[in-house]
Amino acid sequence: MTATTTAPVATTPVRTTRPPSARLRAWATRAPLLPALIFMIVVTQLPFVATLVISFFDWNALYPDARHFTGLDNYQEVLTDADLRHSVWTTVLLTVAVVLASLVLGLVLALLLDRKFRGRGVVRTLLIAPFLVVPVAAALLWKHVLYNPEYGLFNGLLHYVGGPQPDWISSTPLLAVEASLVWQWTPFMMLILLAGLQSRDHEQIEAARVDGASDWQIFVHLTLPHLRRYLELGALLGSIYIVQNFDAVFTITSGGLGTANLPYTVYQSFYQAHENGLASAAGVLVVIGSIIIATFALRVVSSLFREEVSRA
Amino acid sequence: MSVVRRNGLGLLAWLAGIVFFLPIAWMALTSFHSESDAATNPPSFAASLTLDGYREFFGAGGGASPWPALINSTVASVASTLLVLVLALPAAYALSINRVRKWTDVLFFFLSTKMLPVVAGLLPIYLFAKNAGMLDNIWLLVILYTSMNLPIAVWMMQSFLAEIPVAVIEAARVDGARLPTVLTRVVAPIALPGIAATALICFIFSWNELLFARVLTGVVAETAPVFLTGFITSQGLFLAKVCAASLVISLPVLAAGFAAQDKLVQGLSLGAVK
Repeated sequence: MTATTTAPVATTPVRTTRPPSARLRAWATRAPLLPALIFMIVVTQLPFVATLVISFFDWNALYPDARHFTGLDNYQEVLTDADLRHSVWTTVLLTVAVVLASLVLGLVLALLLDRKFRGRGVVRTLLIAPFLVVPVAAALLWKHVLYNPEYGLFNGLLHYVGGPQPDWISSTPLLAVEASLVWQWTPFMMLILLAGLQSRDHEQIEAARVDGASDWQIFVHLTLPHLRRYLELGALLGSIYIVQNFDAVFTITSGGLGTANLPYTVYQSFYQAHENGLASAAGVLVVIGSIIIATFALRVVSSLFREEVSRA
Repeated sequence: MSVVRRNGLGLLAWLAGIVFFLPIAWMALTSFHSESDAATNPPSFAASLTLDGYREFFGAGGGASPWPALINSTVASVASTLLVLVLALPAAYALSINRVRKWTDVLFFFLSTKMLPVVAGLLPIYLFAKNAGMLDNIWLLVILYTSMNLPIAVWMMQSFLAEIPVAVIEAARVDGARLPTVLTRVVAPIALPGIAATALICFIFSWNELLFARVLTGVVAETAPVFLTGFITSQGLFLAKVCAASLVISLPVLAAGFAAQDKLVQGLSLGAVK
């Protein structure tokens, strides 16, 4: 995938006729960039091209001699197979639910943290901590320490109030995965939105307050419009990371109980079922989904970026 | 605003902080309990403390030692972070101080590679590694983690270097300083905090990575997150051990994250938010 957005920022002026020394200088300018650029193309773009090619073959690694070109059959199979279609749906549900919930919670927390109070730094640190637990460790924590029906903390606390003792993961598997991810991703959203809140024009808010605007009016008419792009950025970056989530699904449910998302399905179809062609087709579908999200993400990033450059 | 309301909202913030931190606090407490105290219902808050969970985790009970995995993770994270810096610093220089033509296009190319999901290239990389005899080799992970973090590093460092006023660099040049002197005496001191934050964030992402490590490593090159996946299925009374393991393996990330706290958002948003 190549860049889809071009930010119209002034570049260094280019002469129309270039003497050899100028060309040499242009290459000298370019030289420091080349190692990184070539590295990225070789390590990320080539494998994707290979995935694309493999996706058109019927290829099970256990029967390598039976490999043959099948055109779009793999895609047809991925899109018609009930399990695979279900995993597409699961991916969408998981991503949307986690992004929306952590965005709303993150906004509330950012608003709470935006005001001065005693121990604000400590609270900020407490709130960031969940994001800094290794994802597999966080998933293990939720699976064994919190959700376990016999000795987990949730049922332990429910025990005190005489509540029911549900088996969280078996009764609501997808929700169980989502809750653990919301816990980890809310701090991320909070940090982005807090940065947005702190970049507000405080004079404008003071002026509105002097003119008799209520807190609610200021929030709806000044704060929210200003936060819009930060909300978009949080939603899109969050989507890019959560669409790809593997750790939580792998750890909490091992893809069982209808929680297998596309990354897990891709992993499983080539690592366990050795269906290389099918796995590649599913991988290409994940990429198409990501490109759709990424096109919007790039547009948001580039508009924030342009603003930064013009401000500088 | 009334004092009551202001205090109320402060209290609410504290409450939220405690609720979010509670699972971690409970994990830490459980890691210091004996296995039989760890698995009770209702929970034993005031049970006596012991280091048995940590001893078990480090292999006292005859289980696999986590040291090889911890060392592998350290090698993969530190080496890939160094490689990222070596590649990203010159690139960021060519995208900020001495700019190439169409530098914004190049920046957005780097960003777009970050949006390509890992699963998109996983299978060819696996097949390549298998044919090249690179499976279960930590250096393969170093290369992959470098590609995973390079776009983030280029974006972050580009934004840090662009903050250096051109006039400062020009002045040094006029005074007769050569390029190496300008880089070490003028650019480096201003950019150093940003470079450090970038390195910490790259370290965190490499340390956390599971999918590549799970597919491409086995016995020899196993990383810490892969070691943790050994705890996915319950093994009798093992809660204190799981908590100790999770906590020990998360410690480097917690430390790096708090050290880079101020720049965390800039790194995670790929430099879009400051």
